[in-house]
Amino acid sequence: MIDRPHPGKFGNALRWLIPWLRSDARAAVALFYLLALASLGVLASVVAPHSPTDQNLDTILVDPSWSHLMGTDDLGRDVFSRLLYGAPISLFASLLAVTIGFTIGVPIGVLAGFFGGHIDNIIGRIIETLSSFPGMVLAIAVTGALGIGLVNSMIAVGIVFSPEIARLARAQTQVVKNELYVDAARTMGAGTLRILWRHVLPNAMQPVIVQVTLLLAVALLVESSLSFLGLGVQPPAPSWGAMLARAYANMEVSPAQMYAPGIAILLTALAFNTLGESMRKALDPKLRIRSPR
Amino acid sequence: MTGSWLKWARRRALLVAPVILLATFIVFGLLELVPGDLAVTLAGEAPSPERIAEIRATYGFDKPFLVQYLNWLGNVVQGDLSRSLLSGEPVVNSILNRLPNTLIVIFGALTLSLAMGIPLGVAAAVRPGSRIDQALATAVSLGVALPSFWLAMILVSIFALGLNWFPATGMVRLSTSIPEAISHAVLPSVALSVAGAATIARQLRSALVEILSSQYVRTLRAKGLSPGAILWQHGLKNASVTLLTVIGLQVNRLFSATVVVEVVFAIPGMGGLVVPAALAKDFPVVQGVVLTMAILNVTINFIIDGLIAYLDPRVALS
Repeated sequence: MIDRPHPGKFGNALRWLIPWLRSDARAAVALFYLLALASLGVLASVVAPHSPTDQNLDTILVDPSWSHLMGTDDLGRDVFSRLLYGAPISLFASLLAVTIGFTIGVPIGVLAGFFGGHIDNIIGRIIETLSSFPGMVLAIAVTGALGIGLVNSMIAVGIVFSPEIARLARAQTQVVKNELYVDAARTMGAGTLRILWRHVLPNAMQPVIVQVTLLLAVALLVESSLSFLGLGVQPPAPSWGAMLARAYANMEVSPAQMYAPGIAILLTALAFNTLGESMRKALDPKLRIRSPR
Repeated sequence: MTGSWLKWARRRALLVAPVILLATFIVFGLLELVPGDLAVTLAGEAPSPERIAEIRATYGFDKPFLVQYLNWLGNVVQGDLSRSLLSGEPVVNSILNRLPNTLIVIFGALTLSLAMGIPLGVAAAVRPGSRIDQALATAVSLGVALPSFWLAMILVSIFALGLNWFPATGMVRLSTSIPEAISHAVLPSVALSVAGAATIARQLRSALVEILSSQYVRTLRAKGLSPGAILWQHGLKNASVTLLTVIGLQVNRLFSATVVVEVVFAIPGMGGLVVPAALAKDFPVVQGVVLTMAILNVTINFIIDGLIAYLDPRVALS
């Protein structure tokens, strides 16, 4: 073994992150936007000018002004503050759904891909069946069964995502398990679990992580839809989808109410997609310039 | 060619059957996700003991799960999806009443997506890297990230409530009045079509770029075939498989997105049926809608796969 200083995990991440962001300005903007949104959302109690739930019936549906940057809603609540408080709820919901989909999908996909045979056949059929349901409809049905609410609806979305993630993990595992280093590890006496954990999993995960980033955008759109329908976040909690539901109810009186939360959803979904697409390009061997070893 | 296609179709149909059977199992199994005593939950608020007993009897909750499932499946096969717990109406009737409205909107959205997506994809592919290509790439990213129900709300506020060009809510049957039905379907179809058009443009572009830079297109060009003829006769013909694949995925997406957009437009369709049912735990309705949509989706995709295998013999032989 050659003795050389170990850069450490953080060093590794930075060495990969900085050139990537430098080469793709859009990805850098998207990442900056998401970090800013998350920080503003977490610090909402300090940053937001008003409480997200305090009603003031003297100032309902007022136009934007210095005291209410984006005006107020039909209960006199400050729209800008609700938007800020809604950010961490929407981001958390997307992360939760994708994490659940990842946790169910990856082990199932890796097992099917690694062992093949009957296990693969059965899992393949189940994946195909679950993908045959329109995602939103299945999510609505599962939320209805589990009980309405943000966490339950995101569990439902996670379940809906899992077959897609499993399918990708399975395909990647099928490629990776035939690589020379897996054979080498087996020849050197590594057990199945060790091979799966140390060799197959890390090498099969790259495209899955790209897909998961793209699914964050889908999760955000589905979460806002479910909250709009009344199956997700429950009032008075400020989620962007729930704000749109409120705006819908008041559309004839004050159509301007719908713009702020809609634009917030659009920009955030766009940021997730931009990051995902940029990662896909950075990891695509067809596009990657061969670096000297 | 036809022989291998028939063989393919038979093999494929044999794969579809277990998927539909498994789908019925999953749909029935939804009830297992309900926490607590199912009969009490289904009976709603402050139920009488008779009501609980009635529900227990309807579902046969006293019997083992597999027996319950097989009984239910037996009824489903005979076209009996049980009755709504709220209205008492047979679920099959509700679905048959509402499905046409959903199908009109989905058909309109798919047509519009293709009408916008194909020209845009071709325009971007003809000169990759050009300004048009870059502008379209930006538009596509926005289109994919746009929440269709939000776009629906904007369309209602501008074109229905503001300009009064189209009705804001409801739906009219094609059999009642074709112009009325179309004018009701326009806004929901537009709201649903944007994301689809963006996806179609993106996929068609990358397929066409690959085809147009291939060896045989270079040969055609060297032989003096005009760029227009190459694009229309060879490019789009070879991209049609990609196009069909995207359409298949769009059908699935539209079945999802229409549910929310129908609520915005108060269209009495499948979405208007399933959302209140899920909120009120009216499970026979939820199960019926989910199963119907899954079967429709599988059938439509089976037909599309069949067309792909017909157009591309390599698929049929694999």
